[in-house]
Amino acid sequence: MSNEHKEWPLWEVFIRSKAGLDHKHAGSLHAADAQMAIENARDVYTRRMEGISIWVVESKHIHASNPEEADAFFDPAQDKIYRHPTFYNLPDELKHM
Amino acid sequence: MTQVSFEASFQKKIDEEIMIEPQDYMPDEYRKTLIRQISQHAHSEIVGMLPEANWITRAPSLRRKAVLLAKVQDEGGHGLYLYSAAETLGITRDQMLHQLHTGVAKYSSIFNYPTITWADMGAIGWLVDGAAIMNQVPLCRTSYGPYARAMVRVCKEESFHQRQGFEIMLNLSKGTPVQKQMAQDALNRWWAPALMMFGPLDAVSPNTAKSMEWRIKRFTNDELRQRFIDVTVDQIRLLGLALPDENIKWNEERGHYDSSELNWDEFWNVVKGNGPCNKERLATRVKAWEDGAWVREAASAYAEKRKTKKAA
Repeated sequence: MSNEHKEWPLWEVFIRSKAGLDHKHAGSLHAADAQMAIENARDVYTRRMEGISIWVVESKHIHASNPEEADAFFDPAQDKIYRHPTFYNLPDELKHM
Repeated sequence: MTQVSFEASFQKKIDEEIMIEPQDYMPDEYRKTLIRQISQHAHSEIVGMLPEANWITRAPSLRRKAVLLAKVQDEGGHGLYLYSAAETLGITRDQMLHQLHTGVAKYSSIFNYPTITWADMGAIGWLVDGAAIMNQVPLCRTSYGPYARAMVRVCKEESFHQRQGFEIMLNLSKGTPVQKQMAQDALNRWWAPALMMFGPLDAVSPNTAKSMEWRIKRFTNDELRQRFIDVTVDQIRLLGLALPDENIKWNEERGHYDSSELNWDEFWNVVKGNGPCNKERLATRVKAWEDGAWVREAASAYAEKRKTKKAA
């Protein structure tokens, strides 16, 4: 009954909910090929008009940063609060800035 | 880090309400518990399509038929969200289906009861989906990210399931005496099985303590069951139906409704496979899977053919 070698590949689904917004990860699904993945994604993730555009990419093609090294990896940004506008102490009278 | 410090930092994250994601460290037991719970949940959605599919061709109007089709299609979708969430924990789709089809994996016992009248479609939407929502809303904040995200989707979609069920009950309750009796009968039959959906009593629930500590569960079975009784009693009165349990009484001291002890022998008996429809449901599921084999093979062959054509 179970034919593991025949399981359809896994795809990650990204959906643009309306024009002007980014495609956002919605979830994943199995499909034999890209066309089927797009059609299945429509049925699984946009039954209530949640999207106007769908991207699919086979999960095996996603490369990710390593969560175990996340602290070191993102460390360079941690001590640079001067990259944020609120770092600068300016007089309240200052307008339009 | 040692094993002990891994586990300590894991529990610290949980206590600080930081979500666990697929590639993060997690204790084996946490992983196993989640695989069991999420796959059971997925199986319940898929098997849950069967009792209602029974009525699609006999729905009393085109509107009811369209609604029921949409609901059953949602349940298929919910099963797929959940299977995907479980797969992030390292089990394959085929393994899960194999466990379901060979009876190794469980699904919610409620789906092993028969749907004998149209009023059962009302009672299922109202009570069964209602109980499911009561269970699922806290799961939107469960500690495992993919499960929580799947639950957010499911909860958003499930609200209509409950409302359409209540609407069916409301129409029947306001209908002819025979229709009202049909609604009452459905309520009487589904009441106790719906309460059992929250699982065994806390005192004998083997997984509750650990699941609470890991914030997989946020409330115990008994807490959720009581909450469901408290909100549903008023809904029964709104329908103008008789309470399905003569021991339902407001308890001033507790601030909750009291009710009869459930028949837990029946519960365990259905869990063990001896409910009225266990065999039928599983056989239908297995047949659908086997009958679909040629479709899966054809799609694979077609994809393969197109790939080689492109390469040439």
